[in-house]
Amino acid sequence: MSAFSELTKGIYRENPVFRLALGLCPALAVSTSVENALGMGGAATFVLLGSNIVVSLIRKAIPAKVRIPCYIVVIASFVTVVELVMGAYLPELSKSLGMFIPLIVVNCIILGRAEAFASKNGIFRSILDAIGMGIGFTFALVLISALRELLGDGKLMGYMVFGPNFKPMLIMILAPGAFITMGLLMGMFNVIDARRERKD
Amino acid sequence: MDLGTFLAIIIGAVFVSNFVLMRFLGLCPFVGVSKDPDSALGMGMAVIFVMTMASLVTWFIYVFILEPFGITYLRTIAFILVIATLVQFVEMVIEKTSPALHRSLGIYLPLITTNCAVLGVAVVNVEDFITTGLPLGASFIYTVVHGFSAGLGFTLALVLMASIRQRLQLGGVPKSMIGIPITFIVAGLMAIAFQGFSGLKI
Repeated sequence: MSAFSELTKGIYRENPVFRLALGLCPALAVSTSVENALGMGGAATFVLLGSNIVVSLIRKAIPAKVRIPCYIVVIASFVTVVELVMGAYLPELSKSLGMFIPLIVVNCIILGRAEAFASKNGIFRSILDAIGMGIGFTFALVLISALRELLGDGKLMGYMVFGPNFKPMLIMILAPGAFITMGLLMGMFNVIDARRERKD
Repeated sequence: MDLGTFLAIIIGAVFVSNFVLMRFLGLCPFVGVSKDPDSALGMGMAVIFVMTMASLVTWFIYVFILEPFGITYLRTIAFILVIATLVQFVEMVIEKTSPALHRSLGIYLPLITTNCAVLGVAVVNVEDFITTGLPLGASFIYTVVHGFSAGLGFTLALVLMASIRQRLQLGGVPKSMIGIPITFIVAGLMAIAFQGFSGLKI
C-alpha cells in the first residue's frame, strides 16, 4: 500500500467509527456541539499519534505475552498528558468533555491501531496511520455533531444558522438523538456502498 | 446514610442515568453481544461482578494510595491497570473454583477490560462520592452500591436490546439498515423511553 493511501484510508474506506464501529462511546457522548467534537478529535488524535510512535519504536522489545498491558500503559500515559494540558490551557473544553477525556484510554481505536498496525509496522507508516485514523475519527465526530447541533440547537459552531423562528428539535441534543443520528448515518453509508458496487 | 439515599443511588444508576442509554458507556458490548438474550444475560452478570469489584478496589487505591501521596493525577493509569489486573485475576479464580461458571462467563471476561463502562464507573465514583467530602464509611458504601447498580443498569439495557433484536430478525428491516444501524435506531427509541425517568425527583 502506498504511503498516501495509508493516510487517507481512515477517512472513508476504513473509517473507524462508521466502518469498524470502534470508538462509539465518545463519538456519541461528546457530539452535542462541533466545538466539543473538534476538541475530542484533537485529543484522541494526539494520543493515537503518541501511542503509535512509541509502540512502533518498542515493538521489538515487548514480549508477546504482556504486550496488551504495555500498550495500555503507553496509552494511559499520553491520556494523562492530554488531561493535564487540557485542564491547564482549555479549562472550559475540559469541563464540557468531562469524564470522556480519561476514557480515551479505553477508546478501542487507539488500542486497536497499536495492536493491529503499530506493532507490525515501522515508525513512518505508523505515524501516517495514526494521522489518518485520527482525521477519520474527527471527521466522524464533526459530521455527527454538526447534524445534532444544527437540528437540535439551530446553530453551527455557536453561530445561529436558521434565524430566530427556528424551533429546535430538542431531542437531537439529548441522548436519543445521538443514537438515531448514528444509526441513520451508518445506514446512509451502507446505501452509498451498495450504489457504488452496482456501478462497478 | 439512610435508606432514601441508597434508593436514590440505585434508581439513579439503573434508570435515570443509565450507563448505556444516558451516559453512552459500554456501547461496544451493547452492540456486539446483544444478539441473543442468554449470552446478554451472561455478559451482564460478568459486568455486574467486575463493576462492583472495580468500584471496591479503585476506592481503596484512590483513598489510601493516590490521595495520601498527592498523585491523584495518575488516576487514569492506576485505575486502568488495576481493572485489567482484576479482570485477569477474577478469570483465574473462577476457572479454578467453578469451571461451570467459567464456561458460561469465561468468554466475556477478556472483553470487559476494554469496556469503558468499568473505567467509567470508577471515574464517576471518584467525582460523585470520593472527592465530595463524604465521611469515609459513607463514601465507601455509596461507591460499592453505585458500582453494583450501574452494572445492573447495563445488564437491563443489554437484555432488553437482545430481546428486541430477536424480534427484529422476523421484521422487514431495510437491507442497508440490517445489523448495527437498526440497533442504533432501536437504542435511540429505548433512550427516549428512558428519558422519561429523568423527570423523577428523588
